[in-house]
Amino acid sequence: MAALVAVAFAPFLALQPNRIVSGEGFTLPGLPAAWLGLPLATLLAACAVAAAFAHHAALQALAGAAGALAALLGAGLAATALLPAGATLARVSLGSGFWLVTGAFGLILADALVKLRGGPLVRIVLAFAAVGAVLAVLAAGLWDDLSIMREYAANRDSFWQQGARHLVLVGGSLAPALLLGIPLGYLCHRHAAARGAVLAVLSVVQTVPSIAMFGLMMAPLAALAAAYPALGAAGIRGIGLTPALLALFLYSLLPVVANTVAGFAAVPPAVVEAARGMGMGSLRRLAGVEWPLAFPVIVTGVRIVLVQNIGLAAVAALIGAGGFGTFVFRGMGQTAMDLVLLGAVPIVILAFFAAVVLDAIAGRAQGRPA
Amino acid sequence: MITVEALTKTFGPVRAVDGISFELAEGEALALIGPSGCGKSTTLRMINRLVEPSAGRVLIDGVDTAGMPSATLRLRMGYAIQGIGLFPHRTVAQNIATVPRLLGWPRARIAARIEELLDLFGLPPAVFARKYPHELSGGQQQRVGVARAMAGKPAVLLMDEPFGALDPITRTRLQDEFLAIRRRMGTTVLLVTHDMDEAFKLADRLAVMEKGRIVQLDTPEALLRRPANAFVESLTGSEDRGLKLLSLAGVTGLLGPAGDWTPAEDGAFRKAGAGRAHAPVSASATLREAASRLVFAGVTELPVVDEAGTIIGAIGMERIIAFGGGDR
Repeated sequence: MAALVAVAFAPFLALQPNRIVSGEGFTLPGLPAAWLGLPLATLLAACAVAAAFAHHAALQALAGAAGALAALLGAGLAATALLPAGATLARVSLGSGFWLVTGAFGLILADALVKLRGGPLVRIVLAFAAVGAVLAVLAAGLWDDLSIMREYAANRDSFWQQGARHLVLVGGSLAPALLLGIPLGYLCHRHAAARGAVLAVLSVVQTVPSIAMFGLMMAPLAALAAAYPALGAAGIRGIGLTPALLALFLYSLLPVVANTVAGFAAVPPAVVEAARGMGMGSLRRLAGVEWPLAFPVIVTGVRIVLVQNIGLAAVAALIGAGGFGTFVFRGMGQTAMDLVLLGAVPIVILAFFAAVVLDAIAGRAQGRPA
Repeated sequence: MITVEALTKTFGPVRAVDGISFELAEGEALALIGPSGCGKSTTLRMINRLVEPSAGRVLIDGVDTAGMPSATLRLRMGYAIQGIGLFPHRTVAQNIATVPRLLGWPRARIAARIEELLDLFGLPPAVFARKYPHELSGGQQQRVGVARAMAGKPAVLLMDEPFGALDPITRTRLQDEFLAIRRRMGTTVLLVTHDMDEAFKLADRLAVMEKGRIVQLDTPEALLRRPANAFVESLTGSEDRGLKLLSLAGVTGLLGPAGDWTPAEDGAFRKAGAGRAHAPVSASATLREAASRLVFAGVTELPVVDEAGTIIGAIGMERIIAFGGGDR
């Protein structure tokens, strides 16, 4: 129903005379191109009503998907129609109506999928399908007249570079966090004294605000690079990739360690006792019994870290580490909201995608009867 | 043959187990029984070295186990516990295969052993082999737990309150099943329990423990007839020990002549000169069951028949009472 209200009253698109000035909003029914506006509004309303009254979750999912797709396609077509011919500076940007409508249909779709209780594999396939549909719309050029794609066109090369850099930031901090955090978590599980100390230190680390953390990394690393020029030559400096990776790594440790501890603690004592009593050595016990039983909880920790780091990596742009955050901060500097979106939207999509995939892995691990 | 010599465990100043010695013959079942904290579980866990003894020795067939790596030692001893501890991520068959796999048995032998044990415990392999523990009832899980403990053909089966977490009906059924399996396989068993009825039922001999020491080690009958002290007497239940004694022996040992009894209608028998006919007592009945039948029928003697229904003698109240009085 929120979707219906949004369709009627919130501006779906805005026409701006140029990139910076905020422009004139158009609701869907109020679009000058009446051949598009009214039918699209009606279609979206129909999808919303269908979803609201759908008896079966599959129908609801279908209505949600159709609504979201219609909004995507409609926004692109409407933008083309709205743009004055030959106007090079004018932009059509997405209005609050569009975001509300797509958001509402996304929720309808997600809710239906939860009701459908698809297996882990189904969820991954659907996530691929959703992201694939968005990419297909973009690749087909349907959104080329929307301002966010104008920004993309202007930053095409750097967009993919920064995207790759974003992934390096996330992966480069996650991998060492797992390599160190999981053994550290197991150590904490075995030794209660270590557990208290390690978790206390990591909790304090976690409370440092991200901007402060990136700042804190700069001074010692800069000093280090100054003292040992060889390190500086190897890329270890006060700004750039190194401090960003280090900060993200530190943030990653607590969820990894805490979930590893929780995972091992959740292994029933009787199971460990039986394994010992039957003559399984400690390595065999760890590999064959404790690890498989702790794994689902540990994956949950990895999911937290991954989603958290995809978001936090945006802040790393502030200390020159690159990533999608570059566009966000550049856009904020230029008060160009569309440039901000060019950075923010891929971050949201990446985080969503990572969450779905890791939930599916965790679900699969738990699905093995535990 | 398991020999335990002066086994001792001290925790700081506390002697949890204080110089315990006993021998467990091949095929024998011995129960360690006593209140919680008496050291019975610690004793059991010292035998497979889940707890390292502070002093004393455990020998298998005369060989000191202190020299063996603990994992190797445990592979030779089955271990079943109250918490069962089935591996939740492995199937019933995989659970049972644990020790045979560690022992490096060939695949075919492991498969045959799984099938044999599942059949033995009344869990048809076709139905249960591929199930996961959470798909089983408590009783079924405990059966798998005991089957898993027996899988590697251990020299001794160590059991710590194995049926403790089950409801009374399931517990009784499992005890009966286990007793039959043990007799058939000749398994040597060391059982820890605080349930005297369970110990009487499953064990050939009982070691009554109090404060880390064995107070009395004897057969159930001797424990009932000649308790070493008031503690053993209270543990064996002073009020109903006469009845407990009767439940230890079968009627066949006390049969009198069947002479006076003649067959009547419906498999019943009538005593010469008496008006009423009585259903006979089965030859497999315990004295306790026979006494109960006598009391209920209001007579002093009843006929005893074998499985075919042929009369083999009579059981009389006087003989039962004389048995209870016994040699003391």
